[in-house]
Amino acid sequence: EEKKILFYHPNEVEKNEKIRNVGLCEAIVQFTRTFSPTKPAKSLHTQKNRQFFHEPEENFWMVMVVRNPIIEKHKDGKPVYEYQEEELLDKVYSSVLQQCYSMYKLFNGTFLRAMEDGGVKGLKERLEKFFHRYLQTLHLQSCDLLDVFCGISFFPLDKMTYLKIQSFINRMEESLSIVKYTAFLYNDQLIWSGLEQDDMRILYKYLTTSLFPRHMEPELAGRDSPIRAEMPGNLQHYGRFLTGPLNLNDPETKCRFPKIFVNTDDTYEELHLIVYKAMSAAVCFMIDASIPPTLEFCRRLDSIVGPQLTVLASDICEQYNINKRIAGAEKEPQFKFIYFNHMNLAEKSTIHMRKTPSVSLASVHPDLMKILGDINSDFSRVDEDEEIIVKAMSDYWVVGKKSDQRELYVILNQKNVNLIEVNEEVKKLCATQFNNIFFLD
Amino acid sequence: MSREPPGPAEEEAPGAAAAAAAAAAAAGAGGGGEGGEGRARPGGEGGGCYLALCARPVHFEKANPVNCVFFDEANKQVFAVRSGGATGVVVKGLEDRNPISFRMEDKGEVKCIKFSLGNKILAVQRTLKSVDFLNFIPDSPQLEYTQECKTKNANILGFCWTSSTEIVFITDQGIEFYQVLPEKRSLKLLKNQSINVNWYMYCPESSVILLSTTVLGNVLQPFYFKSGTMAKLSKFEIELPAAPKSSKLSLSERDIAMATIYGQLYVLYLRHHSRTSNSTGAEVVLYHLPREGSCKKTHILKLNRTGKFALNVVDNLVVVHHQDTETSVIFDIKLRGEFDGSTTIHQFVLPPRSIQPYQIPVAGPASVTSQAPVPCKLYSSSWIVFQPDIIISASEGYLWSLQVKLEPVVDLLLDKGKLMDFLLQRKECKMVILSVCSQMLSEPERGSLSVIATVFDKLNHEYKKYLEAEQSYTMVVETGLSRSNPLLKRPVRTQAVIDQSDMYTHVLSVFTEKKEAPHKFTIAVLMEYIRSLNQFQIAVQHYLYELVIKTLVQHNLFYMLHQFLQYHVLSDSKPLACLLLSLESIYPPAHQLSLDMLKRLSTANDEIVEVLLSKHQVLAALRFIRGIGGHDSISARKFLDAAKQAEDDMLFYTIFRFFEQRNQRLRGNPSFTPGEHCEEHVTFFKQVFGEQALMKPTTF
Repeated sequence: EEKKILFYHPNEVEKNEKIRNVGLCEAIVQFTRTFSPTKPAKSLHTQKNRQFFHEPEENFWMVMVVRNPIIEKHKDGKPVYEYQEEELLDKVYSSVLQQCYSMYKLFNGTFLRAMEDGGVKGLKERLEKFFHRYLQTLHLQSCDLLDVFCGISFFPLDKMTYLKIQSFINRMEESLSIVKYTAFLYNDQLIWSGLEQDDMRILYKYLTTSLFPRHMEPELAGRDSPIRAEMPGNLQHYGRFLTGPLNLNDPETKCRFPKIFVNTDDTYEELHLIVYKAMSAAVCFMIDASIPPTLEFCRRLDSIVGPQLTVLASDICEQYNINKRIAGAEKEPQFKFIYFNHMNLAEKSTIHMRKTPSVSLASVHPDLMKILGDINSDFSRVDEDEEIIVKAMSDYWVVGKKSDQRELYVILNQKNVNLIEVNEEVKKLCATQFNNIFFLD
Repeated sequence: MSREPPGPAEEEAPGAAAAAAAAAAAAGAGGGGEGGEGRARPGGEGGGCYLALCARPVHFEKANPVNCVFFDEANKQVFAVRSGGATGVVVKGLEDRNPISFRMEDKGEVKCIKFSLGNKILAVQRTLKSVDFLNFIPDSPQLEYTQECKTKNANILGFCWTSSTEIVFITDQGIEFYQVLPEKRSLKLLKNQSINVNWYMYCPESSVILLSTTVLGNVLQPFYFKSGTMAKLSKFEIELPAAPKSSKLSLSERDIAMATIYGQLYVLYLRHHSRTSNSTGAEVVLYHLPREGSCKKTHILKLNRTGKFALNVVDNLVVVHHQDTETSVIFDIKLRGEFDGSTTIHQFVLPPRSIQPYQIPVAGPASVTSQAPVPCKLYSSSWIVFQPDIIISASEGYLWSLQVKLEPVVDLLLDKGKLMDFLLQRKECKMVILSVCSQMLSEPERGSLSVIATVFDKLNHEYKKYLEAEQSYTMVVETGLSRSNPLLKRPVRTQAVIDQSDMYTHVLSVFTEKKEAPHKFTIAVLMEYIRSLNQFQIAVQHYLYELVIKTLVQHNLFYMLHQFLQYHVLSDSKPLACLLLSLESIYPPAHQLSLDMLKRLSTANDEIVEVLLSKHQVLAALRFIRGIGGHDSISARKFLDAAKQAEDDMLFYTIFRFFEQRNQRLRGNPSFTPGEHCEEHVTFFKQVFGEQALMKPTTF
């Protein structure tokens, strides 16, 4: 039985208990399958825990157990612990579990491949290596609706600047002919992806929640000043590698880049991920893993991309400020909303603060966030467009709208308003924020 | 008029005979001259001859003791005068192909003979004192009449027609401007001016006569003529290469030419290499002669060689022929040169090449074709060159216009940016430019994207200039200001204006269809073109977008397409929205993209309703139309049809009720009028929900 377990966290748990727990999960899945052969159970609610099941690849199961929140109550002077069984949202945590797999797959490929290449032992090692670190970065307490969407925030940009970026990417891909895919981000927001949507989605998550924040802190601390002492004759630029070599002038420096796996369903490509950044603009160059990037290649990339990206980054910044000034004229109304489009995974949130290295913080009460999650679950059950308006505690109104593949959640806080007024407010929001898309009233 | 000196005259020495051959091509070379002494032909090496003589030259009887040949630059006509005109005068022109022949009395040796513009009046100079006239206007007096020059003791150097009835005599003491009155057979002096004249030169294109004055001859006085008026322009001095040893005439008319280049009049001075100075070779100095203001030295064309030269101006290019090497070079003053603060120094654009070998067609009846055509001796010393583009071989009896061939240039000018700068200034450039574009997109000479971008930018820069001119013209016309501004002209669309449809038809659609390039490159090229158009703020035509979409769809690059649409790179239009709709079956998100686009267009509300109804989203359609306030005018039948097809009874009920309420509100009665053709739906409604479910008319 123990051989069935590929990875178990925490590892300290006694072997028999591991086997017992895993056996239970297996039993539940098998049992529920008799009722619903095509859709096996996704979660199990118990008093203390909630268990989530996910079968990402055939015969490979991932199970995550989350403890229900506890409230300490005093009864007859003695503390009593009460589990809040209904606080956790199934959709949020099953999405987290799925993302765990996606993230693993991005850097390691599928379970099956790992097993084919290195046997069960190889797979176990990979799992251990990956999840040991990854699990620590999960902040389950602060997971919310955004984790369900796992969307991509796009950088708003005018057509001309966008075309300039296109032109830049095309030229770079031409000059650095081994580059297979390119992605372009600004201010941690996506502008262009040469990768397919699903791969980009998870890569985006990695970049914005892990790689960029990690490099942000030293930058803010003033270390690793981006203006480097340039080699003589080189153009002054602000470009630097976020992955790969730290110092191009050091001939001993290692040119190792993280490997990623994309298009695992069909072509199964293994790529080196080169992330290069100048000011707020970051470019991901992905090259075939069979071609190891040399120091010489990195230097060439630096000399070609660096100066142009620096110019482009300041162009974008300038254009962005101009646009902001124009938009600023019609003073953005202070709405708190979350928008998500399933078609292009575009998400926009005015509820969440800027992502910090580890967590994205919601600026509203968790109860409201929970209502949002509930509305989302309702939406996902039906195909039709609908609209849900909830009156929450203390003058809060929560509105959920679904139109075609888009979802919009608005939180309003106004005293003594009625349903009609709330509806009017939301209409106003749609008219100002989403006037260029087809969003049914 | 810089020309090959007849005979072995030294380059510095002004041939004594040259002064006599003022504007007419005196048949100096006599019976053919000596030609080249069997020299090798270096010009042929490597091919790529970018200069050629025109295929249909004017053939005339070659000069000999009884036949004198004259050339008139104004009408571009060759006069062959046999025995002073007694045995016939034959006039042939480059433009009008029908020769004019006539006879005139032999009253002595003809020095100069020219038609006025439009061949109305013939002027013949036979003596130093007078000019004879003969009317060629139908029904006018046919007798010759004579005009003597007014200035006493003056000798007539020559004359120029400035219009069909106005003529200027140039004498050694000044100029006299006359109007010819053909009916009265007399001339009326309009204006005259006294000035010492060494020699003169006439540029018919700009109606400017240039006079060489002072002892050295290097002070030039231009006059401008227009409809009966004569204007004296400011005089200027040509800098001579070295201080003249004596006070003799130092500037020969052979070293001066006048030509219009890019719409501006220039005086071209061929400054020979002087042994005293350490210059590397001869050069051509260009003096810009504006209609107002003073003449300024603006350009220097470096020849980097010495010897005998001749100048032509073809298609705004200065062509310099070099007899010693039998090659020619060209200069384009619009191309970038070295600017020293006052003048721009230019090197020749292309490596020196010979004029394309030319075969003289064998004369005689067509049946005698067995004889091989004779190769023509190029750069012969019997050649005489006239402005702007005329080459005459007096010994062989041919007159050619010189032409620039653009195809060979493509292989000689490897810098594509410079090549485009060059081509865009040429008259017949369109097809060559388009073929350069095609060539740089396909193997084996595929250009890099940055080169392609440069080329696109140059093309669109020119395109935008034209669009702007056209737009401001239309605006002036529309606002009715055109009447107050008679100078306003519709902008000319030159061949350099390469618009989107040209690019699409000749380059881009061919290129995308060939599919030989990797699709990444194809898309990059299309995007680069769209970027360039956007950069010049030119509205992109939707067929270019369609090309992009087609290419993306072919390679299943839907996500790329989605991103382009998301950033509105492919601008909204109804055709594009419809194209997207058609993609829905292979790429479902296209539906959303299409609806968004229709919404943004804000003129496509009917289309939105149709799209929603076709998806059986009847309620959505109704809500949409209500949202924009159009629900009172929509057809009830259309919505009821769609609701019925959706096979959802509740939906049908809702829709039906909505229209009943509309009827009630608009007409005070919930029932449908016969004009709405909803009988079938009413029946269906009764059948499903029963008669009592129908809305009752509210009675007051």
